[in-house]
Amino acid sequence: MAMTARQRSRVTKTIQLLVLLAVILALILATNWQRLGAAFFDFKDLGPMFPDVILVGMRNTLLYTLTSFVFGLVVGLILALMRRSEFPPYRWIATVIVEFFRGVPALLVLLTFGFGVPLAFGTTWPMWVNVMLALGLVSAAYIAETLRAGLQAVPKGQLEAARSLGMPAWRAMVSIVIPQAFRIVLPPLTNEIILLTKDSSLVYVLGVTAAQFEITKFANDAINQYPAGITPLVVGGLLYLVITLPLTALSRWFERRSTATSRGKKTLTETAGQKQETQA
Amino acid sequence: MSTPVQPSSATAAGVSITGLHKSYGDNAVLKGIDLTVAPGEVVCLIGPSGSGKSTLLRCINLLEQPGAGTIEVGGFEATDPDVDVDRMRRSVGMVFQQFNLFPHLTVLRNCTISQEKVLKRPRREAEQVALAQLEAVGLGHLAHRFPAELSGGQQQRVAIARALSMNPSLMLFDEPTSALDPETVGDVLAIMRKLAQQGMTMVVVTHEMGFAREVADQVVFMDGGKVVEAGPAEDVIGNPQAPRTQDFLRRVLDPTHVTVDED
Repeated sequence: MAMTARQRSRVTKTIQLLVLLAVILALILATNWQRLGAAFFDFKDLGPMFPDVILVGMRNTLLYTLTSFVFGLVVGLILALMRRSEFPPYRWIATVIVEFFRGVPALLVLLTFGFGVPLAFGTTWPMWVNVMLALGLVSAAYIAETLRAGLQAVPKGQLEAARSLGMPAWRAMVSIVIPQAFRIVLPPLTNEIILLTKDSSLVYVLGVTAAQFEITKFANDAINQYPAGITPLVVGGLLYLVITLPLTALSRWFERRSTATSRGKKTLTETAGQKQETQA
Repeated sequence: MSTPVQPSSATAAGVSITGLHKSYGDNAVLKGIDLTVAPGEVVCLIGPSGSGKSTLLRCINLLEQPGAGTIEVGGFEATDPDVDVDRMRRSVGMVFQQFNLFPHLTVLRNCTISQEKVLKRPRREAEQVALAQLEAVGLGHLAHRFPAELSGGQQQRVAIARALSMNPSLMLFDEPTSALDPETVGDVLAIMRKLAQQGMTMVVVTHEMGFAREVADQVVFMDGGKVVEAGPAEDVIGNPQAPRTQDFLRRVLDPTHVTVDED
């Protein structure tokens, strides 16, 4: 029987849908819902977790994340500019720092700043400062690469046009290049702060006191306190989503706003701007 | 475009170039250029691609660093290592092949940002100047649009208005119509013609022989990093002496003409 292309595609789609439904049905039937509920979703005895899991745990997660991100952003911008420097030693130093902190596990850096640095230098900084330095340096390495790519993605003609109008280099950077680079790096920076949010869970290895607990440590301890399976971890997971999902939404909103201002025949200027200056 | 281009309050500046050399590594792009542009004069640089004409233009406002030789622009010794580049560039407007409008700023802001940040004009005054310039290129009604919403020809006209908003005494054009759709080329050339009539000093790299012939006081034919022939348009374009100029013009003016002995 001959079928038209449209009929064939309709049949294929129907088969795919039926297979998907069959798989879902099989999973539902194979699951022991009572045991699953007891292990993951036994919320009834978890009242005492609140409000401390939010007032202490979530607060500390936010504290560790935000301080590390701000520190990482500042150091990352400095590293990115150093890697573009015309003075070679700056480039070398920045490259070594970036490659080192990108290449070693965050856990190791955290342990170093939590135990090694106080031991070696006799420092007695508060806990969050050690965390900020450790996680901040790790994310600075990634942020530096992101920012460098963003700065490079702004066509060279933009800088030339700005300089031709008499702007000094720093002014051209601040008013013309960085605002355009910022739009480009916004999605990867959002990614970075979400990664940091989750990396802050590593802080438990530093043997924190109760007041320094962040979400994961809090939830992990709660498993032993309440006979609710690993439901406290589910609570913790939901709290992380409470932090990260609005971040994603915020980034999308920024993106939409900035594309709205430069919509239109976009490809014309963008492709034109990128291929220029190759000829002498 | 019924209103004339706003006359610049700055006086026209001249350019004087002697013995200019420029190379990229081992590749010599300019091999001893001498060129004098009188105040108010319009000079068109023509020649095959790779002949160094764009590089020469970009040396004038130091977008390229000259290797040897001297460049003097309206009293500024551009090749003096201690020259205040930013101050010099304020009086030299530049229009690029790819427009290079700032895509994150409105058309109006494109024309005011440098007036405010560099010339320290108050915003109100900067906007008045910008609007007058945009009006003059026939685009006052698009002041609040973003560059991406404009056609190529419109963007280039904004780029000209942006440069003129700084009241330059010299305008550099780097193949201003090469990236445009054919039907918008005329609008841009008309504005440049008007600007020339008003006495602006202009150095124009172009392939528009009709424009060069009509508007240029001096046409300079370059090839291989050297000036091959220079003089009034009727001589260089109308009656070229050097064989290379003749060959180039034959190819440009009659693109269907095919020569077999291509080297």
